[in-house]
Amino acid sequence: MSERLLDIKNLSVTFGGLNALSDLDFHVDKGEIVSVIGPNGAGKTTFFNMISGMVTPTSGDIIFRGESLLGLDPNQVTARGIARTFQNVRLFANMTILENVMVSQHCRTKQGIMGALFQTGGFKREEQEIREHGEKVLGFFGSRLVGYRLNQPASVLSYANRRRLEIARAMATKPEVILLDEPVAGMNPKESEELTGLIGKLRDEWGFTIVMIEHDMGVVRDVSDRVVVLDHGETIAQGSYDEVSSNPAVIEAYLGRPAEEAS
Amino acid sequence: MSETMNTDDAVVLAPARSAFDQDWRKIVNWGLICALALIFVSLTDMPDKLDKRVIVEPLLSMGYLSLIWIPIALGNFVTREVVLEGMAQHKKGLRELVAGVSVGAIGGAGLALLIWLLDTRDLSDPLVNWNDALLEVLSFGEGVGYGAIFWILASAGLGLAGGALHLLPAIANRLLFAISLTIVLSASLESALDDISEGFQLEWLFEALFEKKGGLSVQGAIILAVFAIAWVLFLGGQAKRGRAAVAARRELSPTKVNTVGLVLIAVAAVVLPMFLGRLTNDLLTNVGLFLLLALGLNIVVGLAGILDLGYVAFYAVGGYTAAIMTSPTSPGLSPELPWWVAIFVVVFMAIVAGLFIGAPVIRMRGDYLAIVTLGFGEIIRLTVRSDWASGFTGGAQGILSIPGADIVGIATVKGTDPQQVLYLVIGFVAIAIYVSWRLENSRIGRAWMAVREDESVAEAMGINTVNSKLQAFVVGAILASFSGAIFAAKVGSVFESSFKILVSIVILVIVIVGGMGRIAGVAAGALVLVGILGGPNQPGLLAEFSEFKLLIYGALLIWMMLKRPEGLIPNVRRSRELHQDEFLQDAWLKAQADDDDDEAVSGEAAPA
Ligand SMILES: Nc1ncnc2c1ncn2[C@@H]1O[C@H](COP(=O)(O)OP(=O)(O)OP(=O)(O)O)[C@@H](O)[C@H]1O
Ligand SMILES: [Mg+2]
Repeated sequence: MSERLLDIKNLSVTFGGLNALSDLDFHVDKGEIVSVIGPNGAGKTTFFNMISGMVTPTSGDIIFRGESLLGLDPNQVTARGIARTFQNVRLFANMTILENVMVSQHCRTKQGIMGALFQTGGFKREEQEIREHGEKVLGFFGSRLVGYRLNQPASVLSYANRRRLEIARAMATKPEVILLDEPVAGMNPKESEELTGLIGKLRDEWGFTIVMIEHDMGVVRDVSDRVVVLDHGETIAQGSYDEVSSNPAVIEAYLGRPAEEAS
Repeated sequence: MSETMNTDDAVVLAPARSAFDQDWRKIVNWGLICALALIFVSLTDMPDKLDKRVIVEPLLSMGYLSLIWIPIALGNFVTREVVLEGMAQHKKGLRELVAGVSVGAIGGAGLALLIWLLDTRDLSDPLVNWNDALLEVLSFGEGVGYGAIFWILASAGLGLAGGALHLLPAIANRLLFAISLTIVLSASLESALDDISEGFQLEWLFEALFEKKGGLSVQGAIILAVFAIAWVLFLGGQAKRGRAAVAARRELSPTKVNTVGLVLIAVAAVVLPMFLGRLTNDLLTNVGLFLLLALGLNIVVGLAGILDLGYVAFYAVGGYTAAIMTSPTSPGLSPELPWWVAIFVVVFMAIVAGLFIGAPVIRMRGDYLAIVTLGFGEIIRLTVRSDWASGFTGGAQGILSIPGADIVGIATVKGTDPQQVLYLVIGFVAIAIYVSWRLENSRIGRAWMAVREDESVAEAMGINTVNSKLQAFVVGAILASFSGAIFAAKVGSVFESSFKILVSIVILVIVIVGGMGRIAGVAAGALVLVGILGGPNQPGLLAEFSEFKLLIYGALLIWMMLKRPEGLIPNVRRSRELHQDEFLQDAWLKAQADDDDDEAVSGEAAPA
């Protein structure tokens, strides 16, 4: 049996009476690609926010590699090895593309003010490594983010490229698990097909474990090992894509109740 | 940016509109603004107080300049149009002239009204400058009727001139602007130029330009005008090309330094003070002290995005620590350390103060943080002054007889010798610039920028934002404390009144006006504000302006925020950020086009 990376137990959170997520039980094994799907407002992003430490759960536990993540700050969670992207692309818009992937290696590097001031050997070596790793990560997306683009501010990128840079920035933190929040949202069919292929590569070539929120069912079908379906904060189904997509509760959540039952 | 929007090339212009096809409402509005501005400036008494400061000997003084620029500028602005692509543009003609004249005339009528009121009413109670002297200046001693008619005609004429600027080709406008700027700037720099020309044995040049009793001579003004024209027509183009080349190289490799420029600046910093006189050296010392403060604040505000309004606290910590450590008469503790040893204590105290103030406030964001730091700035000053601390700080009596700065026993910088102090300041400014530059291009500096851009995302990307912000706060505190320590050695005494909140504000204004996040910008800001206008307690070159200093600071700040929020010498990133509406759309379209190229290259057709 493969190693269990993430174990989520009875996770719940309420926002002033709204049960954004209730009693979620969920696990991710090393090397898996798991999709989280569900209608708008189902609580998917909230789920990611809790794993990454930006929202504190009301109850339940998040175990990562045998240790609880509860009470850690977001930066500590990232340092443990969980990186994420944001649904509403939040790049450091006025930093260059290269700087975006350099700065996210912060928790993997350690040179301080003195190193920078005296330009010590250690500082220069580390700076070189940060740069090389950054360029390597950007190179994952072909020629789009490298070359003359390296020193352009992130704000000049097209929408699809911003999404790619978000993923690159998460990759640069050298994580174990990457949480992708709607990675293909707003892309055209060709671009999303290409990104689907890249998500597969993220696991196969880079060894990342991936949890992905996605509305595009084609993408979910193509890459997921398992699928979790949320609705109104409740887990309504878990399993392979085929199992989940034929589950009546899921169909109901997506298509609404048949008319005769509703009345 | 405006250079690229040259309006007079190849744009098909619609015929000029009729002179009476006007937006009269707009004209009346601008006219009233013109009237109010003229009345306001008159009531501040600028025309009278600045009359002694001559620009061109018999023709123009700063006093009259304070009035006449208003109708010219407003007469021009009233018909200025935002040029949008695809919109019909009309030829300029009579219409602009009529609008300009009307605005000027309404403004002049306002001033005439003021003259009449000055004569008939007495409002000297709230308005301190409401007196006969003002009436005398405005009516040239020739009576109310003469003054009123003169100003209506003069202001209308100036408004006409402002409107006429629209009819001139762009190059003529540029020339006129360059000429006015050169003349006004030279006249402002008069005493510094006097001082410098002596050092370089160029008295003959100075005498050719300036009158003995002050102000440019007519001949001098003409020489300068010719120089300005030559500059714009010949040298300006080359300078711009050179700068563009440097900028292009910067874009490619932003961390690379311009070695030639650096060497030139270094040589100038070493050689120049030898040739400068007392006055200029002293002035530059003040500029340097504020530059040092501004560079520190630039790290805190410009890089890390922490709006610290109590920055003067660290200047005070530096000043007082140096004073206590070096002065033989400091009341409580008096170790009489040499200055260079005291500097280590100063750094230590700056770190302590930075952590002490920073730790509680750093978790706050934006406005809250600004208000709280504002409070802390005052708390430090009031503590220094309090009975409780006066055993060490001397309370309101301050600490006196601080010896000069002893540098490792090699040399002693006497506070009374401006040249030596200037060298000391230059040394520390060089350190501050080096620190800013190295940190900006390091892991620490990148983390600061990320925090400034989006604090919660920075946190989610693995940056401990609290630590990161504290580091910025402490580095800023250390640079400010250097400035304080030099200040103490220079003046020879410290009083709490030197560390009022106004200092914080002036430093912030320097950073904003100069260009946040850019070292050259901060230097330009310090030169213009402290060098020409003067610091909070230090006179600048325009000593006559000291009364109006804050007014001009405020006006400058408002104008900059509206027209050029990125500062005099902008940081590329910031100027993009602030002009995002224009820039983003542009960049986005370009990026989309590039993307299509990428796809074409990879040999696949993009779906429609
Ligand atoms: N910080 C918050 N405070 C209050 N309510 C919140 C907060 N964050 C999320 N919610 C609410 O929780 C519910 C779940 O939101 P969430 O963003 O997790 O949905 P989602 O599944 O990601 O939806 P989408 O598909 O639209 O992205 C929504 O009703 C939302 O309004
Ligand atoms: Mg969401």
